[in-house]
Amino acid sequence: MAVSQLSIFAENKPGGLVQMTSLLAEAGVDIRAMSLADTQDYGILRLIVSNVDLAREVLSTNGLVSSVTPVLAVALDDKPGALARAVKVLYDGGINVEYMYAFISPQPYACMILRVTDNTRAEQILLDNAFRLISMDDINQM
Amino acid sequence: MENTEKRYYQPEAETMPVEQIQKLQSEKLVKIVRHVYDNVAYYRNLMDQKGVKPEDIHGIEDLHKLPFLTKADLRDAYPYGLLAKPLADCVRIQSTSGTTGKRVVAFYTQKDLDMWEECCARAIVAAGGSREDVCQVCYGYGLFTGGPGLNGGSHKVGCLTLPMSSGNTERQIQFMMDLNATILCCTPSYAAYIGESLAERGYKPEDNHLKAGIFGAEPWTEEMRRSIEKSLGIKAYDIYGLTEVCGPGVSFECEEQHGMHINEDHFLAEIIDPDTGEVLPEGEKGELVFTALDKEAFPLLRYRTRDICVLSRKKCSCGRTFIRMAKPMGRSDDMLIIRGVNVFPSQIETVLIQEGYGTNYLIEVDRVNNSDTLDVSVEIQPEHFSDTVRELAQREHALADAIKTMLGINPRVHLVAPKSITRSEGKAVRVIDKRKLHD
Repeated sequence: MAVSQLSIFAENKPGGLVQMTSLLAEAGVDIRAMSLADTQDYGILRLIVSNVDLAREVLSTNGLVSSVTPVLAVALDDKPGALARAVKVLYDGGINVEYMYAFISPQPYACMILRVTDNTRAEQILLDNAFRLISMDDINQM
Repeated sequence: MENTEKRYYQPEAETMPVEQIQKLQSEKLVKIVRHVYDNVAYYRNLMDQKGVKPEDIHGIEDLHKLPFLTKADLRDAYPYGLLAKPLADCVRIQSTSGTTGKRVVAFYTQKDLDMWEECCARAIVAAGGSREDVCQVCYGYGLFTGGPGLNGGSHKVGCLTLPMSSGNTERQIQFMMDLNATILCCTPSYAAYIGESLAERGYKPEDNHLKAGIFGAEPWTEEMRRSIEKSLGIKAYDIYGLTEVCGPGVSFECEEQHGMHINEDHFLAEIIDPDTGEVLPEGEKGELVFTALDKEAFPLLRYRTRDICVLSRKKCSCGRTFIRMAKPMGRSDDMLIIRGVNVFPSQIETVLIQEGYGTNYLIEVDRVNNSDTLDVSVEIQPEHFSDTVRELAQREHALADAIKTMLGINPRVHLVAPKSITRSEGKAVRVIDKRKLHD
């Protein structure tokens, strides 16, 4: 039950982020969660958005490079220790986490976005350990 | 007879037996040396300093006795110092861009213009052109020789000529598509940009009527040729020339795409050792030197082009007997010396295309703490993009390694956003040498 993450190549230059976010805003795309990985030369903007296809089309028309990556969205109790326990079970299961980021929702739980090398196995391990995965529909209803 | 008319613009000259070409060159050389000695004080002084008289020149075997001319001489003699005809006999000037210093101004009589345009006509016919063709010329018009040269050649062949000049890509595409252009003439970097722009507008390579392109005025690689051929659905021909010698058309490619035939009835070519000035035998790499045999107004003798290449007398299947020159690796003043290593930008371009990148790139050389640095920025291709920094860093490292293998120098590679490197409508600016700013 992977969620589609939109990843955008963001060259480090003045106004780059303004252009991207404005394009999405004008298209009426709602940003639910985001994280930005940055290096000396460029960044990778990772977004969970309301309409991935529309967002990609708008970006591509404007010459921006993007891709869609399946990631896992996990519901966590919004209290100390919840994240640690989730990361621990994945580590114990031999899952390599490429990156992760989290957001708090109006729901009584927090949401963690996980990019792992093997989604199917990570999902199984999380379910076996009584974690709940969040679908795109869940996110859109938040 | 009909058959040869299609293949060559001037078959008698283009397929003349080598011995006859050399005999013709010898006769013309004796005459032009006399003409220059009598009319150009600047060159007469050079000859006198070297102790050479026109009587010492009996044929091409005596060519090595003559002094060289360099770009510095042309600057010293600016503007009239090398003029060999009264100004009243001249009908045109053309000029270099002046990017490497003071402009060079070349003069033409009507006869000079006719000869030059015939050379370009030979190139167009060699690329399959005839009076049935629609030839779109998007080299710049004006002082630059590209536009006027190909425009004149296209007229001589009898093509319908579209005198577009460079720039305004939207209009280039509109005319190309509406008027069914069949031959495109421009710089290779502009051809690549037109290809990219057509694709952006949803055109496939087979949607245009182009069959051939005649591209020159800047160094380009075999890899770039294939990439342009694919994007436009054409066969791409190289053309070579320089303003000092006349402009494009000094040499041109035939359907073999294996070296450019030098118009030897008009231009006598030599390869010399750039350090010693010694003439090298055929097949050896060195600096290309031209002697213009037929030019009246601006007849340069032994002009050093600074282009590094190889000549070949090997028989060509196209039937032309003119000697062929390999694509120059780049003008010797395009060559960068980075940490003591000679680097031609074309070598980096070759690696970029081999590694799946496009032809938009920027090479920056600088000196930090007394050590040269090489930075190569290249636009990321959508299919190369990844959501992880690790994979993008791997791409950068792989490209840096490939460049290191080619040059022996470690570059810093930077992936940049598509379209972020400025597109060129004329000669592309791909190298910034910041070391010059410190000197």
